[in-house]
Amino acid sequence: MDFRWEIVIEYLPFFMRGLGYTILASLIGFVVGAIIGLVIGMGKSLSNPILKLPFIWYVNIFRGTPLLVQIFLIHFAVMPIFIKPPEPLISLIVALALNSAAYIAEIFRAGINSIDKGQREAAYSLGMSHAQVLRHVVLPQAFKRMIPPLGNEFIVLVKDSSLGAVIAAPELFYWGKVAVGSYSRVWEPYLSVAVLYFVVCLVLSYVQSFLERKYATDDQRKKFKKVVRRARGAEGH
Amino acid sequence: MISVKNLKKSFGELEVLKDINVEIQEKEVVVVIGPSGSGKSTFIRCLNRIEDITDGHVYIEGTDISNKKVNINKVRTDVGMVFQQFNLFPHKTVLQNIMLSPMVVRKWKKKDAENKALALLRKVGLEDKADVYPDSLSGGQKQRVAIARALCMEPKVMLFDEPTSALDPEMVGEVLEVMKQLAQEGMTMIVVTHEMGFAREVGDRVLFMDGGYIVEEAKPEEIFSNPKEERTQAFLSKVL
Repeated sequence: MDFRWEIVIEYLPFFMRGLGYTILASLIGFVVGAIIGLVIGMGKSLSNPILKLPFIWYVNIFRGTPLLVQIFLIHFAVMPIFIKPPEPLISLIVALALNSAAYIAEIFRAGINSIDKGQREAAYSLGMSHAQVLRHVVLPQAFKRMIPPLGNEFIVLVKDSSLGAVIAAPELFYWGKVAVGSYSRVWEPYLSVAVLYFVVCLVLSYVQSFLERKYATDDQRKKFKKVVRRARGAEGH
Repeated sequence: MISVKNLKKSFGELEVLKDINVEIQEKEVVVVIGPSGSGKSTFIRCLNRIEDITDGHVYIEGTDISNKKVNINKVRTDVGMVFQQFNLFPHKTVLQNIMLSPMVVRKWKKKDAENKALALLRKVGLEDKADVYPDSLSGGQKQRVAIARALCMEPKVMLFDEPTSALDPEMVGEVLEVMKQLAQEGMTMIVVTHEMGFAREVGDRVLFMDGGYIVEEAKPEEIFSNPKEERTQAFLSKVL
């Protein structure tokens, strides 16, 4: 099988620009999604069953329908109300933000709920207000536990942003399709695109584990080292 | 100092406290004993409203904390609490655990909070542990830090909810020793415990609870040597 490197080389600048848009769209989508997700996560934790209903259904709807369908609806039905003609990249970012918000809301909620009730009770017993308990006791601990699932969510988002190709958002996979179209060759463009996604996701997973270690307390770090040492010792036998 | 009137507490259908009435004086050490499920823990947790009060009144220095409009955070600054499970903050060092609330609630300067915290650590015999995380402490050490943390707010009364029940037997003594010292210094204390030796030695008064009521209350020597109620007799015959 011959592999035509010249196709890769010719399209590399486009792929790199596409990759730039992929990262941009995912990053903005994730940050905006995190902000909306925080609001929805708090909304879902309200005690009033009527007030929390819209937040519950937001999550139900965005988790219960395919992102691809959401992208079409947003690009062809919702965005034309605001922008004429709709800009594919903006539509993609909006879709990614709204979609990831549903998942991030659940991550926030689960992270906060995972903190032992005794932590809150101890903080309240020391006279702290709700906000102080959240700020000094619950969130710092919950955030540590949210890093792995948030990292996963971001990695998923980077890959899902490839769906933007269907509305011609100029992200990485879109340029792969363009290259395939102009050369009628499949391997070279799609493999290049796959490798680029892979590299980005690999880097992100390293960033994720770096953050996990950074935010572990000294003692957890020691424990972690001990576990690693034990595991290595076991391998030797 | 503390006055409890017709206190009732239900969890859904389950009525845990049925009608509690008790007065606690300043500098008094009151020990609460009773079988599990008798409502002792729920009772002490109502005294700083960590547990919502279903009905009745709890007055802390004249303030009725069963009133929802009362600023409960303000009241709690004067009421220290020590829990069975220690509940130290794992993301903060021992010193930070103790300094946190004085700084964010009482708005003390860092230096002042640190000096006070170190003095308290010295008092509970753990000044060398100031900069470690709670994870590396033994149960007895954790509980002594928890006591120091509560004391740093300079409370007027201390609540102890089974402070030694989660400890290995050899560590019970070190925690009771700190509590004994505190009692001798004149701290008002309410202690839920199964340590009958402590109740007898340190308590000014013993409350025996069963089935959501205070069944009997008396001086320790009376209740242990000559319990009046049948249920008290039955309980004490099992634990003594």
